[in-house]
Amino acid sequence: MDLFKEQVNRLFEPATFIGLSTVGFFMLVYSRRVWSTTSFWVGNVVLTLFFGLSALDPNFNKVITKPDNIPILIMVYTAWWTLWLSMNQAITNDQRMELGLPPDEQEDSGKKVWAWPDLVYTELLAMLLVGGLLVIWSIFLKAPLEEPANIADSPNPSKAPWYFLGLQEMLVYYDPWLAGVVFPGLIVVGLMAIPFIDFNPLGNGYFTFRARKFAITWFLFGYIVLWVVLIFLGTFLRGPNWNFYGPYEYWDPHKLEALVNINLSEYFWIKWFQQPLPSNWMIREIPGFVATLAYFSVVGFVLTKTYLKQMHQQMTTIRYGILMTLFLSMMALPLKMLLRWFFDLKYVIAIPEYFFNI
Amino acid sequence: MSRLANVKKSIARSQLWTAFFRHGYPDTDRNRVLVIMSNVLLHLHPVKVRKSGVKMKYTWCAGGLSFFLFLLETITGLLLMFYYRPTIEYAYVDIIDLREQVPLGIMRELHRWGAHAMVIAVWVHMFRVFMTGSYKPPREFNWNVGVILLVLTLLLSFTGYLLPWDQLAIWAITVGSNMARATPFLGHEGPGAALLRVGDVSLVHIGDDVRFALLGGRFVGAGTLLRFYVLHCVAIPLIAGFGMAIHFWRVRKDGGISGPL
Ligand code: HEM
Repeated sequence: MDLFKEQVNRLFEPATFIGLSTVGFFMLVYSRRVWSTTSFWVGNVVLTLFFGLSALDPNFNKVITKPDNIPILIMVYTAWWTLWLSMNQAITNDQRMELGLPPDEQEDSGKKVWAWPDLVYTELLAMLLVGGLLVIWSIFLKAPLEEPANIADSPNPSKAPWYFLGLQEMLVYYDPWLAGVVFPGLIVVGLMAIPFIDFNPLGNGYFTFRARKFAITWFLFGYIVLWVVLIFLGTFLRGPNWNFYGPYEYWDPHKLEALVNINLSEYFWIKWFQQPLPSNWMIREIPGFVATLAYFSVVGFVLTKTYLKQMHQQMTTIRYGILMTLFLSMMALPLKMLLRWFFDLKYVIAIPEYFFNI
Repeated sequence: MSRLANVKKSIARSQLWTAFFRHGYPDTDRNRVLVIMSNVLLHLHPVKVRKSGVKMKYTWCAGGLSFFLFLLETITGLLLMFYYRPTIEYAYVDIIDLREQVPLGIMRELHRWGAHAMVIAVWVHMFRVFMTGSYKPPREFNWNVGVILLVLTLLLSFTGYLLPWDQLAIWAITVGSNMARATPFLGHEGPGAALLRVGDVSLVHIGDDVRFALLGGRFVGAGTLLRFYVLHCVAIPLIAGFGMAIHFWRVRKDGGISGPL
């Protein structure tokens, strides 16, 4: 049993866990067969088995039974249900449209029904159901209250509220000015920009996947992998000092993680050219500037010529530029993760003199 | 005609009854129009709706539930305000009082779990709107209003988290607001802040950067508690309520719930 648990712990190491989630995500999204009723239940059983059996483990139990972590459990299930519900209808519609039929919603969209009773009663039922569940939840689970606030005694780990744990997890890879300010800002701006960069007129008012592959794939990637998965990781797998702990591992505050991360400038000057670091930061960081510029220009250029070729031809320059900037910014997170996992890279550009580290 | 029916009829015709119920039970077309038109809450709805749009499997009722949870939070929050004083002396003990002295009290629980549920409901709603492509013309503007509502929902939840004034509260807010130090140009540890100086005097320092403005001090303290209380109980709910009014109005103006054309 212990051996098995150890294997599971390994499976949840950030690189493995995020990597497997990403692979699993693309397999899910690109295989149509998955979205059947059977797999809905298979998914629920797998989730329930994982949480149910894990709750038997004393270490996992300690984290999962924290009252403020219950919402994360609800979020994980809701994410699966809503993902399934939308993809199932999308695939059904895609199959209908391949046969030349209109989407399922079409038949009814011309008809109108009275708001009373059809809509009003549905709303009433939904409110009663959710209201009832909340009352039950409130009776059985007390809201947490810890020791009185004490600014001199910081708990370890100190965690932000659960819905911000994705951002806190980003701090492992990027400095606060990016992870805490620029990226959240870009998420908001990016969400607001969606209607203006998605020029595809198809799929307006019905579920479909085929007609909106690009939009749906990358929105889901951001939502599932870079948000839900990171919140899960930040809650269940990060313990004292924000170190990684497997789900069944004891949160030992003395666990040491060797920090061997190296800046790109050190790789470049010391390792490759066997020289001391230049004292002038402008010269020292040249490789970092080049790498960053290359990411935004060369990678952008290559994508324009290959994967996004059609899109580039159909969009105006400004829209395409904004799409590319947002897309590359989003992918900067998984990219930095890869660089960290495989090359122990700390910063691409490191100018601590001006708090400017990337 | 039986006597009972007579009594019923005279009640239904009385001035008192007709002042409150201006039409009969909505089981005729005429009354179904009247019920929606003459009730301020129901008139948020159109009289008739697209059949595909009222189906549970289309909207998941997620937008409606977000609104329901917002109302629930408003009511339970109001009740909590009777007991709670936002000062360092009282905040924590008031919560203890609330838990131990108020019989059968689950208002704090309802408020806290309702808040978590609202965050989830709003995400689910956004997800549904995305997956049905409902942000496409003519609904671009309403999607933008929605994104702002999402940010406000998170801010509501975040400011409320501090109010119990326990270890969980201040450290979560400390971790969350520490990021503000690093705001480019505006935070004292942000890139570019060092450039903003007049001679030897730096304009952005720990005593006047955005984090200071947010916390009302150099660390999470009495000033922060008051600031977050006012934001949580007055400012953000007002703005969010206003935003929702615009949101619902836009849903109607954009042709009701989306559907294939
Ligand atoms: C406090 C938060 C929110 C509340 C109370 C709310 C409420 C609602 C309601 C009641 C509807 C009617 C249809 C439905 O129930 O699905 C609706 C529609 C809509 N919402 Fe929201 N919403 C909120 C947040 C958002 C967010 C975060 C977004 C997107 C980022 C959004 C975008 C839209 C759009 C585009 C529609 C029109 C959908 C259609 O016609 O199919 N809303 N909202």
